[in-house]
Amino acid sequence: MSSPNIQLTDEGRLKHFLTIDGLNKTLLTEILDTAESFTGVSERTVKKVPLLRGKVICNLFFENSTRTRTTFEVAAKRLSADVLNLNINTSATAKGETLLDTLRNLEAMHVDMFVVRHADSGAAHFIATHAAPHISVVNAGDGRHAHPTQAMLDMFTIRRHKGDFTGLRVAIVGDILHSRVARSQILALNLLGTSEVRVIAPRTLLPAHVRTLGVHVYHDLMEGIKDVDVIIMLRLQRERMRGAMLPSEHEYFQLYGLTQERLQAAKPDAIVMHPGPINRGVEMDSVVADGPQSVILQQVSFGIAVRMAVMSMAMGSGQSSGQIQGGAR
Amino acid sequence: MSSSAPTVIRNGRLIDPANGVDTVTDLYLSDKQVIAIGKAPDGFEASIEIDATGKIVCPGLVDLSARLREPGLEHKANIQSETAAAAKGGITTLCYPPDTDPVVDTPAVATLIIRRAQRIRNARVLPYGAMTQGLKGEQLSEMHALKQAGCVAITNSYAPLANTLVERRALEYAATFGIVTVLRPEDRHLKDKGCVHEGPVSSRLGLPGIPEAAETVAVARDISLAEHTGCHVHFHCLSSGTAVRILEQGQQNQLTLTADVAIHQLHLTEMDIEGFNSDCHVQPPLRSLTDRDTLRVGLAKGSIGAICSDHQPHEPDAKEAPFPATQPGISGLETLLSLTLKLVDEGVLSLNTAIARLTCGPADIMGLPYGRLSVGSSADVCIFDPDKHWTVSDQTLISAGHNTPFMDWELLGRVTHTLFEGNIVFQNNS
Repeated sequence: MSSPNIQLTDEGRLKHFLTIDGLNKTLLTEILDTAESFTGVSERTVKKVPLLRGKVICNLFFENSTRTRTTFEVAAKRLSADVLNLNINTSATAKGETLLDTLRNLEAMHVDMFVVRHADSGAAHFIATHAAPHISVVNAGDGRHAHPTQAMLDMFTIRRHKGDFTGLRVAIVGDILHSRVARSQILALNLLGTSEVRVIAPRTLLPAHVRTLGVHVYHDLMEGIKDVDVIIMLRLQRERMRGAMLPSEHEYFQLYGLTQERLQAAKPDAIVMHPGPINRGVEMDSVVADGPQSVILQQVSFGIAVRMAVMSMAMGSGQSSGQIQGGAR
Repeated sequence: MSSSAPTVIRNGRLIDPANGVDTVTDLYLSDKQVIAIGKAPDGFEASIEIDATGKIVCPGLVDLSARLREPGLEHKANIQSETAAAAKGGITTLCYPPDTDPVVDTPAVATLIIRRAQRIRNARVLPYGAMTQGLKGEQLSEMHALKQAGCVAITNSYAPLANTLVERRALEYAATFGIVTVLRPEDRHLKDKGCVHEGPVSSRLGLPGIPEAAETVAVARDISLAEHTGCHVHFHCLSSGTAVRILEQGQQNQLTLTADVAIHQLHLTEMDIEGFNSDCHVQPPLRSLTDRDTLRVGLAKGSIGAICSDHQPHEPDAKEAPFPATQPGISGLETLLSLTLKLVDEGVLSLNTAIARLTCGPADIMGLPYGRLSVGSSADVCIFDPDKHWTVSDQTLISAGHNTPFMDWELLGRVTHTLFEGNIVFQNNS
């Protein structure tokens, strides 16, 4: 587990944010606390703090994403940074320019931070390893590997509702195999001391040796969500039907779709989460998605505060929010 | 230099497993051949004397898989650069997979490679012929003509066959002419887009996995077809413990089945890809510790008869990308001997067995007269200092490819002289 520590400076501060793997509880808690201090910013009339004024943040997206890119952009602008958005069609890079060439070109434009999304697992590590030393890299999703800011905004949402992680039972339902979100959530939940992390899916959607990730495995939804405090539903990609992973959306919903009736098996105050976008009628019923236990829209707004926290900490201005303000130029 | 000068190698510990020899003695070479052991023939006058005191003298190594990248991929390496690296590693016979550009599916390409190596004279290069035309897996190649042109065996390399009927026909046709077929057992559907072993590490890093079954299913299928056709099937680069067990069952049933293993599979495991180390991107993938240990046992027992370098030199760009996008393979010629000696150090193999797996083991599998030092054998000799340490580094490697996960490893055992057909093709007296 030596390599994930390229994320940290010699003093143990956050330099890159690539994966939850290799980080510790103190650092994760610091991210959550810092995010907490930023939640107020969005409610002000002037929704900006001058922490990253003069810094250039480049959203480097090799995979399409409107939602994640937008929240990163909003977060960067609220920190007063300048934002470059680059959507790089992977087929265009396949034609000639290597990822390393792309990186060098952007470095020449004096970028201070890359926010990277890429279809290959390990892409953010690769960029962090090869970028100039002053540049920070934030992983906005790499292949099936990690999506750590999504996981942290989920942790933030859980903490807001449940206070503490110890004593909590959390169930993650759906396509764990292909999910970078699930991998990062499992690591974060375990680091923060969650009592029990469960995954619920048919075996075709579970990775090999899934228990080694630190989870309890269920194949039955009702059994798996019994007495849980948090239910996280994962998005099901349509192409999974073509890959012989599942027979049909219909059967999936019959077995793993969350309905109001099934939700009764969980604790009465259980919250329902989803990283979005939802396939209504596939992963869950609309009644649940829009119901009182759903916190899905809160996840989106907390996402901005969490990304502000990660960006400011990785850019070297991250102790408490008060010190951040003092240190800003 | 059509012949070679009379040469004596004095006072070395001669280890020649093919002849059961392990003794301190003198070795006499002349006219490209071994002419005497122990006592000089009448009238012998050495023009070259090599003092091998404290060193081990063994047959030049035989490597069953080394990609030299010529023709077609000269931006990675070429026959000149890679045979020089082979000589530095004590290797005098190289079997060369046919996935060049153009593919070795016609006698002309085979002849081109053989002649080019003959002009350079660093090592003997024996191409494998393509099993199917263009390695496309559909139409059989002219196997007989390829054999006539000097191809040592046929293989479809990593390229899949269209179906099992093509495989059956290829084995039948090869068996007709006594041609060895080299199979890289892998079910391409089970492999899918996988790039690492399907196990705890792939699950955590989110890298697409290749299940062990991708290999075991193929080995079981290939053994059934070997039994059906009577063809000599050689499994190249086994990676899983279960495959070794299936192979051993087939061998007990008196089938002509042989196998080799790549040296890196005997030292590295899935844990080494941690941190997305693209130098550990190989195919078949590095598997679990249990797999590695079962491969080691199979090698010691002899069910796996040869260790190969599976040499695949790359230009730096090939490894500089996110892990799944990098090209698989390790540049391995120069570390083959030292890493095999490390197995001796770790108590996996005796020194004699280790040398056998690098010399007569692979030679016998392919029916080659090399890898032995009998009177009359080709004067291919490797002399190494078993106590000399060296560090793998950009400075010490001469292969055009420096892609190796063993970079910065300190290894024991260094080649001091390599003689190919009686001529010194490498020496390092420092």
